Amino acid sequence: MPYRSDLKYTKEHEWIKADGSSATVGITDYAQESLGDIVFVDLPKPGSEITAGKTFGTVESVKAVSDLFAPASGTVTEVNGDLATAPEKINKDANSTWMLKMTLKNPAELNNLLSAADYEKFVSEEGGH
Amino acid sequence: MPAVEATTPTVRKTALNAVHRQMGAKMVEFNGWDMPVEYPSVGGIMAEHNAVRTGAGVFDVSHMGDIRLSGPQALAAVQHISMNDAARLAVGQAQYSALLYPQGTFVDDVIVHRLGEDDYLLVINAGTREKDFNWVRENARQFNCKIEHLSDDFTQIAIQGPKGVNLLQKLTDADLSAVKFYWVTRGTVCGLKNILIARTGYTGEDGFEIYIPADEATSTRVWNEILEAGKEFGALPCGLGARNTLRLEAKLPLYGHEISDTINVWEAGLDRFIKMEKPEFMGRAALERAKAGGLKCTLVGLEMVERGIARDGYKVFDEAGKEIGYVTSGSPAPFLKKNIALAYVPPTHAATGTRVKVEIRGQGVGAQVVPTPFYKRPKKN
Repeated sequence: MPYRSDLKYTKEHEWIKADGSSATVGITDYAQESLGDIVFVDLPKPGSEITAGKTFGTVESVKAVSDLFAPASGTVTEVNGDLATAPEKINKDANSTWMLKMTLKNPAELNNLLSAADYEKFVSEEGGH
Repeated sequence: MPAVEATTPTVRKTALNAVHRQMGAKMVEFNGWDMPVEYPSVGGIMAEHNAVRTGAGVFDVSHMGDIRLSGPQALAAVQHISMNDAARLAVGQAQYSALLYPQGTFVDDVIVHRLGEDDYLLVINAGTREKDFNWVRENARQFNCKIEHLSDDFTQIAIQGPKGVNLLQKLTDADLSAVKFYWVTRGTVCGLKNILIARTGYTGEDGFEIYIPADEATSTRVWNEILEAGKEFGALPCGLGARNTLRLEAKLPLYGHEISDTINVWEAGLDRFIKMEKPEFMGRAALERAKAGGLKCTLVGLEMVERGIARDGYKVFDEAGKEIGYVTSGSPAPFLKKNIALAYVPPTHAATGTRVKVEIRGQGVGAQVVPTPFYKRPKKN
């Protein structure tokens, strides 16, 4: 399963793509596959503060409810409005379907996250895929 | 993310376990069984659910248990331990019923099949197999009948959906058009003689459940032949995920959710399956008293009117913010495309159209009481 090397990953299966002090966040292909048909995404409002390692929202499939964990701290600048009506977009292309955009409080926090290679190794051990 | 369940030696497997894994099914532990929850390769829960509503779906339900009572007093024993009236069953007929504790709450819900003159088969839930068998053996011991636990003898396959009859007819010499809903017959299926074929199911659709020998080679061959024969009808293999959303749309109760050892028959709204005119059965006296005392809570259907999905165990509040009940099962409904739930609330809040709030992650989210079942299959002809 190829994971984009320009993204960083959490052990809770979110990805983050940083561009200077701003960043884009989504969930990984492994996450969408584990969840199955995604039917609901609950995201914070623009202007909300989110904190690295803390929950910032929820994603639900037919069967499961799962918290979303912030890969980094900062302020939400935009959420992907398409996901309110078409959450299944995440199933189709999780690695490019973003959930929110944010301004990073401390871009150095991203150094704590997993690289694509490390994440791939992590999920192969976790899921036995 | 949901953790992948570790397989422990105590987890049981059906004869089709290897087949499910080969098909790439996502497996979960359910009531001590390692079972497929969905088959991503065919599209997952939503696709499986809708296949059953529009074509056909095939389920491995071998985790269900079976208890046979046979002999001169088999009917008397069944009458004593179950709430429906088995005396009304003709040979070859089946009925929904339940085993009750003396206090009128549920040991389990069951389907009682009358297979012969003095021969009854009780199909019971996976998670309650041992409890049920011990219960039946204990409470039917005064009757002259043989009680056998046959759960491990069968691979049980459910073929459900409006095209289920067409699918199964390709594989059997039994005339399925002559078998009415909740009746059984026997016939050759996939070359296996004298197979029990019941027109029953747990999806809200027409369909069949067949009981074949539990050996792996036979089970695998039959499973594959059914799926192959079902291709022209759009039949998909279906897991427990779709089984749950299908039964929820049809308001079929699930043990441990809508019914349990703390819920009685009146509260669960299963009045039409209990026959109080039967002079005696376990739980009857308590239920007579409970009826006179009035209901404290009753099972209702909810539909979310605000954005959110009610889930099992979520609390229900009235509009003033007072806690009044709880959700027993809640999910998106893949065919109805609504977020629905079953919940226990006081009778004062059970009328259709009553507005309530379901607590979702600390927020009260609006829902209303709606008529049930949420889904009713279209009548034929």
